[in-house]
Amino acid sequence: MPKMRGNLLNISKLKVVFYTYRGIIKALNGVELWMNKGERLGIVGETGCGKSVTALSIMGLIEQPGEIIEGDILFGDKLLTSMKETSLINIRGKEISMIFQEPNAALNPVMKVGFQIAESIGKVKNKRIGKEVYAEVRRMLEIAGLDWERTINLYPHELSGGMAQRVMIAMALSSNPKLLIADEPTSALDVTIQAQILELLDELVKKFGNAVILITHNMGVAAEFCDKMAVMYAGNMIEYTTTTNIFENPHHPYTRGLLKAVPKIGRTDELQSIPGIVPDLVEPPSGCRFHPRCKHVMDICRKDFPPLVEIKSGHYVACYLYGKEGIKSASS
Amino acid sequence: MQVAKAKEEKKYLISVEHLKKYFAVKQGLFSSAKYVKAVDDISFNIPENSVFGIVGESGSGKTTIGRTILRLIEPISGVIRYLSTDITSLKARELRIFRRKMQIISQDPYNSLHPRKLVKNIIGEGLQIHFKLSSEEIYQRVKDILEQVDLREEHMFRYAHEFSGGQRQRIAVARALVLKPEFLVLDEPTSALDVSVQAVILKMLKSLKRDFSLTYLFITHDLAIIDYMADYMAVMYLGQIMEIGSKNDIFLSPLHPYTLLLLNSIPNPDPRKKKKRALPKGEIPSPIDPPKGCRFHTRCPFIKDKCVKEEPEIREISKGHLVKCHFPLN
Repeated sequence: MPKMRGNLLNISKLKVVFYTYRGIIKALNGVELWMNKGERLGIVGETGCGKSVTALSIMGLIEQPGEIIEGDILFGDKLLTSMKETSLINIRGKEISMIFQEPNAALNPVMKVGFQIAESIGKVKNKRIGKEVYAEVRRMLEIAGLDWERTINLYPHELSGGMAQRVMIAMALSSNPKLLIADEPTSALDVTIQAQILELLDELVKKFGNAVILITHNMGVAAEFCDKMAVMYAGNMIEYTTTTNIFENPHHPYTRGLLKAVPKIGRTDELQSIPGIVPDLVEPPSGCRFHPRCKHVMDICRKDFPPLVEIKSGHYVACYLYGKEGIKSASS
Repeated sequence: MQVAKAKEEKKYLISVEHLKKYFAVKQGLFSSAKYVKAVDDISFNIPENSVFGIVGESGSGKTTIGRTILRLIEPISGVIRYLSTDITSLKARELRIFRRKMQIISQDPYNSLHPRKLVKNIIGEGLQIHFKLSSEEIYQRVKDILEQVDLREEHMFRYAHEFSGGQRQRIAVARALVLKPEFLVLDEPTSALDVSVQAVILKMLKSLKRDFSLTYLFITHDLAIIDYMADYMAVMYLGQIMEIGSKNDIFLSPLHPYTLLLLNSIPNPDPRKKKKRALPKGEIPSPIDPPKGCRFHTRCPFIKDKCVKEEPEIREISKGHLVKCHFPLN
């Protein structure tokens, strides 16, 4: 049994690979992550860092040509990584729900919106789709800020992006899951609609008390919504702490670089870029995967991968710059 | 006195007056054609050596403006001036010289480069057309311009698919700059890129502007990027300019409710500044059938009777700061 560091979710040493013609993509390289009930965790990082793969692993949705080759995902007291598909079905959509970046692509184009929600409610509650289930559909649509009379009989192509995302939220929260995973839920939306959707999510999650993993590349979205943040780079969790710590006291050189590269209104200092490019995960760099782009690189960084250590209470960093401090605090 | 006056009157590289572009759409087999009013009576000036930002949500007509100014699409009415020349009705042959001076860099670096041409030819083709240079000269110029955008000579013999998104956008920039343009339309040049790469490209564009004394029309949906890049800006909504002025005026004292709400909508990368604030109601209406009166009235939290009935004129509130609203904010 893996270590329990959070009372809802514990991921340890998770390794996921994808077998492709180009070679084996080492997408996740020993990801460590944990969270408590009712917490809001933001996972940030650039394209290809493994944010979505982490989410799909939790959902048990890594399929051929992908494979979880190592590590455990513990949800409550259930070890998801050793569960069979037949028992995963009882967790997916019931205890863990997910919403996606392209809400219109996630909905079935030939079924009315109302029926799609009814179907998922029926499945979760083990009820036949009838009056009772449809009453629940109406309630969920209202909760998601939609006029049910107008939307219940629409097809997905008749919805705007914002409305479609509201429908997805209604569907995902209809089972009142313990954990909601939102994978870039607002990236395809305009900023005014993005703000509305984030506000809606905030309100509903407060009301129902669900834990949320919000995956985003937008540091602003994470800052607004999350209590804790995890920064990923090239398949590793490299820094994990409270949102305030990430923004005010970032430790990992990558986190620091990322924050300096984000344009924000009223910023007076010059933007700084991180030299180099994200590595190809078919042949990732040895040791710390960030070392070719890091200005503090040391010999050890090229050889070994730094473990995620607690350098201060509740502040975890995977970087040898903080090695000694980290070891000290871990042993004391 | 004479000198002071000359300084005050800025020279405009591009002036646009009452520009309109409608696209016809057919909604059914028997219905008569309707129009998407993508750009609906827009006027603005871009001073030489400045960055003019256009910001707006999807469907506001930002991209159409950029393409219409370059005459990649033809306006239905209005005037576009390049310095003192009216280029709105120039014929293709007369337009050629302006085609060289006005270049565009588009959003998607994955589709804007020819997939079956070498980088050398992608960049060199324009040189051949506009300057009729020998192949040695073309080679030299392509090599030089690649250095300017931090690429190397060896990259000349590769295809576009061999590059990352950021590198492709550099190639697109090189292709535009090799013709020694004066005016560049940048249509969301970084929205397909990751933030660390975006920072590199934005910085590069800023320094190239200085080195080549360029004028930019910078189109984006991201106000933070406008803040970083622009000197002047216009806020667009459903084909019209809602507010226009210097960047500092607009950011420090927005006059139009839409501008304010747009600023409110941006998630702030500062966890201590979490706050409840007014957001625009509802969604953007269809540009085929824009709301009567003020186009923003359906989403405006400060709506009054007059807004529904009468379309406001765009008017100057303080020097160079114009707004299209009956009841501008203070």
